[in-house]
Amino acid sequence: MTIRRIHSIHKVVFFFLAMLALNAGCSRTAADKGLTVAGSTSIQPFADHWAEVYMHEHPGYTVNVQGGGSSAGIQAAKSGAADIGMSSRELKDDEKDLLEIVVARDGLAVIVHPENPVDDLSLVQVQNIFAGNIRSWKYAGGPDREIHVVTREEGSGTRGAFQEMVMGKSRIFPRAIVQDSNGTVREIVANDPASIGYISLGLVNERVKAVRLNGVEPSHEHIEEKKYALVRPFLFVTSGPPKPAAQDFINFVLSREGQELVERDGLIPVFRN
Amino acid sequence: MTRLERKESLIRIALLVVAFSAVSVLVVITVFIIEEGTPIMVKYGFKKFLFNLDWFPSEESYGLLPMVIGSIMVTFGALVIGVPFGLACAVFLTEFSSKRLRRVIKPMIELLAGIPSVVYGFMGVVILVPFIRETLGGPGLSVLASSIILGIMILPTIISISVDSLEAVPPAYREGSIALGATRWQTTRMVMFPAARSGIIASIILGMGRAIGETMAVIMIAGNAIAIPRSLLDPVRTLTSNIALEMAYASGEHRQALFATGVILFVIIMILNTIANVTSKRRKA
Repeated sequence: MTIRRIHSIHKVVFFFLAMLALNAGCSRTAADKGLTVAGSTSIQPFADHWAEVYMHEHPGYTVNVQGGGSSAGIQAAKSGAADIGMSSRELKDDEKDLLEIVVARDGLAVIVHPENPVDDLSLVQVQNIFAGNIRSWKYAGGPDREIHVVTREEGSGTRGAFQEMVMGKSRIFPRAIVQDSNGTVREIVANDPASIGYISLGLVNERVKAVRLNGVEPSHEHIEEKKYALVRPFLFVTSGPPKPAAQDFINFVLSREGQELVERDGLIPVFRN
Repeated sequence: MTRLERKESLIRIALLVVAFSAVSVLVVITVFIIEEGTPIMVKYGFKKFLFNLDWFPSEESYGLLPMVIGSIMVTFGALVIGVPFGLACAVFLTEFSSKRLRRVIKPMIELLAGIPSVVYGFMGVVILVPFIRETLGGPGLSVLASSIILGIMILPTIISISVDSLEAVPPAYREGSIALGATRWQTTRMVMFPAARSGIIASIILGMGRAIGETMAVIMIAGNAIAIPRSLLDPVRTLTSNIALEMAYASGEHRQALFATGVILFVIIMILNTIANVTSKRRKA
């Protein structure tokens, strides 16, 4: 048993050495025309998509998209570690010295099981459910059944936005189930008739039901008319005016093509050309 | 020195370097975790860190007690399920089954150890969690679900080491007992178990180490709530899942707090491994 364990440690060491060698080789070539975009993991998949199409149309240019979270992205833009930082929350006061560009908007949907008779909640009710003050569906217009609250993990941009827009100063219930992605939250809500969660609007599908908030259905139209309450901006931030390569990428993102891409991915475009 | 000897010594040195690189990885990991994790424990006070109930990194509140208790509950639950099954299986294989049957079953059990934990987690989410939710209530993602899955995951460890230690008991013990008129079960209970005791204890402790360290399967089925569970049907978060869940976004103190979680986990596992080593050494003496 010990011998086997040592053997596998060796494998790991060799693997790391191999990875190091590979990395050293890569970074030298990628640094030339590379543009680094880093930050929010909520924006990351969309930014990946932008980068992919952009690089396809501009051969020879490289756009590196990295995650790390909104705060890390803002820090990276400040320190110059990234050319563009991505943030899925508004900038705080001490971060206002950065230049910010809204590249898309995302709605947050509060979701329940399709069989749940509740399809309209007020923001106050949502807040009380997630704070653990309302524990049974019977106080929210449903059957007498315990509510299973599903939330995201601490540090997630989606949770941050939900905390800011819904919870305010109150804490999310510690007994809430915690999942680490939009997908797993949706999966649990789709299977558990007593559960409630929140996910990015673009990821709502027929297996879950997005409830109306204060009577407003979460839809692209209502978000554009500013009727729906839970909307967060997706920001690109730069320290000072972006350098030409970054500006070119931002222009692409804001172009008709870039905006159509995000709309197809389920976000709300900032311009409709 | 002949060519052959030179070659021999070259290989020896190469192997020595590789062997030390393995040990150095251990040293690097230990130093790194402790260096990253201890400053925040010192800053907030070790007691507060370990016994505070609130884990709200965004409000700079880092209490690990729910996770420590969560880990203990889930591990204990896994032992409650895994130990009786594992020992019964080991006894059957060594005392009651034919050699041919043992040759088929034992490799199959060892194969169980090779199944990736994410597969166990997936089975848990797809089969066990809905079953618990529908029959017993609650969200299904619970202490009970994680205990059952972990109990199954530690079976191979418990069975194979227990079988080895039961097989290592000199055959004369068994023969003597049977010659004195004891039944097979009496022989197992009063002769074989006491003789193989230290090996069996070591197997349980190693299984415990596996259960405490398991991450992926637990994240998928435990529900990860940051509160001490009030029943077996409540969701729970373990130390390992706390690190894995929040690592991706953590920065600054939050990150240090996760390293500190690692320090505590590291200490717990060191203690378990030491106990296992001591008991298994006593067996050889």
